[in-house]
Amino acid sequence: MIEIALPILIPFTLIIILIFIRSSVYAKWIGIAGSTVLFVVAVYLFFQVRKQDVLVLQMGGWEAPFGISLVLDYLSSLMLLTSGFLVFSISIFAYHFIGNKPKFSRFFIFFFALVMGVNGSFITGDVFNFYVWLEVMMLSSFVLITMGSKKEQLEGGIKYMSLNLIASLFFLAGLGLLYGKTGTLNMAHLAQILNNDQQSILMNTSAMLFFIALGIKAAIFPLFFWLPASYHTANITVTSLFAGILTKVGVYALIRFFTLFFVQDAYFWHNLLLISAGFTMVIGGMAASIQYDTRRILSYHIISQIGYMIMGLGIYTPLALAGAIFFIIHNMIAKTNTFLVAGIVSKLRGTFYLKDIGGLLKERPFIAVLFIIPAFALAGIPPLSGFFAKFILIKAGIEDRHYVITIIAVLTALLTLYSMIKIWNEAFLKKQPEKSIVDTDVKLRFAEVFPSVILALASILLGVLAAPFFDLTQEAARQLMDPDLYIKAVLSNM
Amino acid sequence: MNSIILQIASKYLRIIFLLFAFIALFRGHNQPGGGFIGGLLAALYIVYDSLAFTSDQIKQQLKVRPESYMGVGLLCVLLSFLPSIVTGAPLMQGAWLSVDSSVFGEIKLGTPLLFDLGVFIAVMGVTLMFLFTLSTKK
Amino acid sequence: MEILLSALTGLLYAGGVYLILRRSILKFIIGIIFLSNATNLLVFLSAGIIHGKPAFINEHEPDPNLLADPLPQALVLTAIVIGFGIVIFTLALKAKFFSATSTDDSDELINTDQ
Repeated sequence: MIEIALPILIPFTLIIILIFIRSSVYAKWIGIAGSTVLFVVAVYLFFQVRKQDVLVLQMGGWEAPFGISLVLDYLSSLMLLTSGFLVFSISIFAYHFIGNKPKFSRFFIFFFALVMGVNGSFITGDVFNFYVWLEVMMLSSFVLITMGSKKEQLEGGIKYMSLNLIASLFFLAGLGLLYGKTGTLNMAHLAQILNNDQQSILMNTSAMLFFIALGIKAAIFPLFFWLPASYHTANITVTSLFAGILTKVGVYALIRFFTLFFVQDAYFWHNLLLISAGFTMVIGGMAASIQYDTRRILSYHIISQIGYMIMGLGIYTPLALAGAIFFIIHNMIAKTNTFLVAGIVSKLRGTFYLKDIGGLLKERPFIAVLFIIPAFALAGIPPLSGFFAKFILIKAGIEDRHYVITIIAVLTALLTLYSMIKIWNEAFLKKQPEKSIVDTDVKLRFAEVFPSVILALASILLGVLAAPFFDLTQEAARQLMDPDLYIKAVLSNM
Repeated sequence: MNSIILQIASKYLRIIFLLFAFIALFRGHNQPGGGFIGGLLAALYIVYDSLAFTSDQIKQQLKVRPESYMGVGLLCVLLSFLPSIVTGAPLMQGAWLSVDSSVFGEIKLGTPLLFDLGVFIAVMGVTLMFLFTLSTKK
Repeated sequence: MEILLSALTGLLYAGGVYLILRRSILKFIIGIIFLSNATNLLVFLSAGIIHGKPAFINEHEPDPNLLADPLPQALVLTAIVIGFGIVIFTLALKAKFFSATSTDDSDELINTDQ
């Protein structure tokens, strides 16, 4: 059963190798090869989960709930698969964007530390272990976001760091109280105890602390301010990695915690989640529409789209959860892709500021196509992936009579479409502003365009093959709604 | 700080610091102590040295980059997983080896010790790296 | 003992919150140290403390009821280690930021939001 730990062990090994290898050329190739292996492992694990439903590994032979369990169910294996795919494509993209600058020679060490943290938090079955992975992820993301040491990067880094530090303190406090009340931190054991507990309304203090901590990580409504203040400062490779993966770890944890063990007092929690989801969608979308920097538009968009995922969790029907999972995966792929295309555009024009860019449709029609696919996917145009994701969520909202949030979701889709069309108009359709001088012979390398191409293909495939994929997410939602499966698999000896 | 007393004293004190660090490391399995504490104690001797000399001098004296310490430490940690991987036992399960030596009696060597040693070296490396980053003036 | 430590936790939280609301970035970092120590104490206390009984099993006293719960101690130790790393990184970042901008005032951090 060792293979469950591979998504953690492989990046760990790669970090060690990369520490000793100082040449940035080798480092890049090792980075690409390593992330390919990781992706293959993720695919393999996914098929294993399809065969056996829930995979469990008890670390060190200490049976749950005493040891740390690694658990892989449908949701975590889907997340692992998607993040593996993103890591693979971003490592290729990094090849040229990191370039030969000596500042970036250590990029891949922290890249894989981040990946280790992300994978660890997807597969762990222990709340404290989750906290440790969260910290691993956070520490390496601090280094990555300030990599380059420009003034605004340091400033963005300080903002990013301060709120995330506070988030992890909230998490730790919630964890302490949870342990004090239940005497366990194994998620399955927690679920077993809390589901049979009549007085579990007392759990609301720790649930609230977790909600705030994970809310900051996931960038939901009143807690998202660190994200637009910092994401646009980092190198675009780093930003696309963060945009695709980091906030989704927060969402993943919210889904995991609030379906597995914080299921008491459902009325309060689901309403709270729905309210913050609504605000997150609208405010993120509206803030995006006044921006003129591509990265800022896209950053606010991350927030607005987090709202949809939380909405799925708040409605809390199997259909809604399936929709939320579908949406997370679609969003991870499409969002990363828009950032990658923004990186290509900035390489062509030397800026992210939309007013200084133009005329790309005539000059580079291929890049225009590459942009329009993820952009329309995000906006929800059929037959791309976003349409089905939003359709499922909205259908779930109507079925469960949550009309207000459904209307907000539909309106936010329009806002998204508006800002995507804005980028399209400004960067691709309108003529190049005359005052700016443009070097039209910038050559794009294969490794810069290829990741966008495969991500765009994935977006299309998710749309075309929406039905079988929807079955998968439904399977994941079924497992989430029925925690007994998870509990039995982990606590098999109790 | 350029104090001759500190500089001379540091020569002898470093032995005591290191000895103490290793004692903390080896007793760590069943008693208070362990890799992390040992590593901090070991780093303390270099901190002390950097008070007596300047940290640039120390850096040259060390010859090994702090990152390499981290690498070696992490490698030890990874190696301590190997026995459990090879034998097919659950990951990170301890494997023990008893050595009969005439001097100390029976000594039990196990992967937890290797793990602790890895933590020891890595913590030392991290502390040194931070120390050098913070104390180097541009 | 519990009451004393709870009061200390509260005090540390209060001091930490006060400090992170200050304008100076350095005071913010000190505030984070306060808060993280307060949180560590909270975790430590939440499992209950048993006076004079360390969480180490010895040969004479194998009864687990007489021992303190070792898990929160392990958790706190891990949390301290993580907090240590984070605080040092924060300080390094702050030092770098100070050398780039020579400001310690968080009111001047207005260039990246809008």
